[in-house]
Amino acid sequence: MAETIPAGSTTDGAIQVGQPADARVSAAPSYDVADFPVPHGREEEWRFTPLERLRGLHDGTAEATGGLRVEVTAPEGVTVETVDRTDPRLGKAGKPVDRVAAQAYSSFEKASVVSIAKDAVLTEPVRISVHGEGGVAYGHQVVEVGAFAEAVVVIDHTGDATLAANVEYVIGDGAKLTVVSVQDWDRPAVHVAQHTALVGRDASFKSVIVTFGGDLVRLHPRVIYGGPGGEAELYGLYFTDNGQHQEHRLFIDHDTPHCRSNVAYKGALQGKDAHAVWIGDVLIRAVAVGTDTYELNRNLVLTDGARVDSVPNLEIETGEIVGAGHASATGRFDDEQLFYLMARGIPHDEARRLVVRGFFAELLQHIGLPDIEERLLAKIEQELEASVA
Amino acid sequence: MATLEIHDLHVSVEAENGPREILRGVDLTVKQGETHAIMGPNGSGKSTLAYSLAGHPKYTVTGGTVSLDGEDVLAMSVDERARAGVFLAMQYPVEVPGVSVSNFLRTSATAVRGEAPKLRTWVKEVKEAMEGLQMDPSFAERNVNEGFSGGEKKRHEILQLELLKPKIAILDETDSGLDVDALRVVSEGVNRVRESGQVGTLLITHYTRILRYIKPDYVHVFAKGRIVESGGAELADKLENEGYEAYVKGGASE
Repeated sequence: MAETIPAGSTTDGAIQVGQPADARVSAAPSYDVADFPVPHGREEEWRFTPLERLRGLHDGTAEATGGLRVEVTAPEGVTVETVDRTDPRLGKAGKPVDRVAAQAYSSFEKASVVSIAKDAVLTEPVRISVHGEGGVAYGHQVVEVGAFAEAVVVIDHTGDATLAANVEYVIGDGAKLTVVSVQDWDRPAVHVAQHTALVGRDASFKSVIVTFGGDLVRLHPRVIYGGPGGEAELYGLYFTDNGQHQEHRLFIDHDTPHCRSNVAYKGALQGKDAHAVWIGDVLIRAVAVGTDTYELNRNLVLTDGARVDSVPNLEIETGEIVGAGHASATGRFDDEQLFYLMARGIPHDEARRLVVRGFFAELLQHIGLPDIEERLLAKIEQELEASVA
Repeated sequence: MATLEIHDLHVSVEAENGPREILRGVDLTVKQGETHAIMGPNGSGKSTLAYSLAGHPKYTVTGGTVSLDGEDVLAMSVDERARAGVFLAMQYPVEVPGVSVSNFLRTSATAVRGEAPKLRTWVKEVKEAMEGLQMDPSFAERNVNEGFSGGEKKRHEILQLELLKPKIAILDETDSGLDVDALRVVSEGVNRVRESGQVGTLLITHYTRILRYIKPDYVHVFAKGRIVESGGAELADKLENEGYEAYVKGGASE
């Protein structure tokens, strides 16, 4: 009875073979905003985004006003620096691929560089707090992990801001980096960011993206491999309420042999005009023999009036791979589950909470940070209570 | 003494070409301590009766009354019925991903009992009930019904029956899909609850096989949406020998 009903949603899937890598972007990657035309909304990479709600981040009219507080707390073995635009460590993971990312790269004044020394194994996470006070800001963050080092970085976004940013993760050979990025913005915030990870030889990268807040959040996590044996796990969790636009666009560029990637994003939606967009682009280039990749997106639509666009896209240029797959499903809240729990005496609201917590439970287990898990659970409860009220 | 009284119950479901009546005037009284077997051919409406009593939203009651100790069951929500003491062991229990059996059982027991069971006695209670049903302790850590075999699902339903101690237990084809060993284990669980004398049991089944393990006080034959014959345990023997043919002549309800 747990059938999947497309709930006012479009769920497209495609496996394409031999498509050019840049078929889905309208301009070549560049650090310079002038290389990108102002988007009009019909471009493949912008067609789901309400441009009028970007507050000018896309057309050059959003002047930086500051009002963004960035604080870094780091344990021993970590160097935290604020550097000028000319610092040679900037821009190494990859170029901006769209107009807003290039605008951010062209506009930031100072960048933050967090370096984890070679061989260092951190016992505490590095915590980066990004708090907005209502202004317009362009940011640049680099996290560099030395060879064989192991680190966890938590980036926490709160307050109100209009923010465009690039975040680079440069992960050394054999290193392990886990990044948790929490978008817990106040309701009016606009946040557009490109996260680019360059995964070294035999290195592991784990990304956990958690999006609750904001008016418009559009994140673009990208993975590029710097050597064979690299591994990327990308997890995401979002809870999209009425009127919110939350968009997660992923791109994994298997350009190196014998690398792995695994993607799992799950979202719940409720309320009128809640809009979640998930794009999962995976490209397996001809050289990338031995690739193993899987991506999954699941959406749970709790009420009428919400909209999901979920588009997995796998492009395969070699048959010499271990595995490649994708799955996408959008389902309505399952009334049979609710009936089963209620038939055991559990009241309606509590039964609903159990089901939604259960939906996210498997993802939460991947985070591995008890304080973050607890906060997320509390946040989910809060979201559900708001919907019941 | 708890009594469930069903009087002239009519129930419809929404079908493609408008509502279709499935129950056509069911009358039945089940008292605490009694066991009633409801037997009938496929499509006779047995399961509809079970789900209607539990309050499944798919079924619309168009007439009649159901009361438990004088309280109007039909006016209660699904969870209120469960808390009032109506339990339905389902034929097809639903998977609830990400919710562990132990969390589910405790949440449910808390709701039905009106307070959280004391942790120490609760753990012991669950352990003993699981042992009685020959369930491995690791079962408690699995997600509700997810990947359960047919037999595991039914054991899990009867585990809940034992822990929630309802006034009225409705067992909807609990025997279907069970091999003989599993049927014996599940029946013993039901009998432990019955022996307390505190529960009235409505045993819905297609086959007489389960009645070798669970002895009914009354047997009712269900056909075309109502009870067409009632008797003692001997009526089951007649059905065993003669089948339902005598009752379905003149066209099935579907």
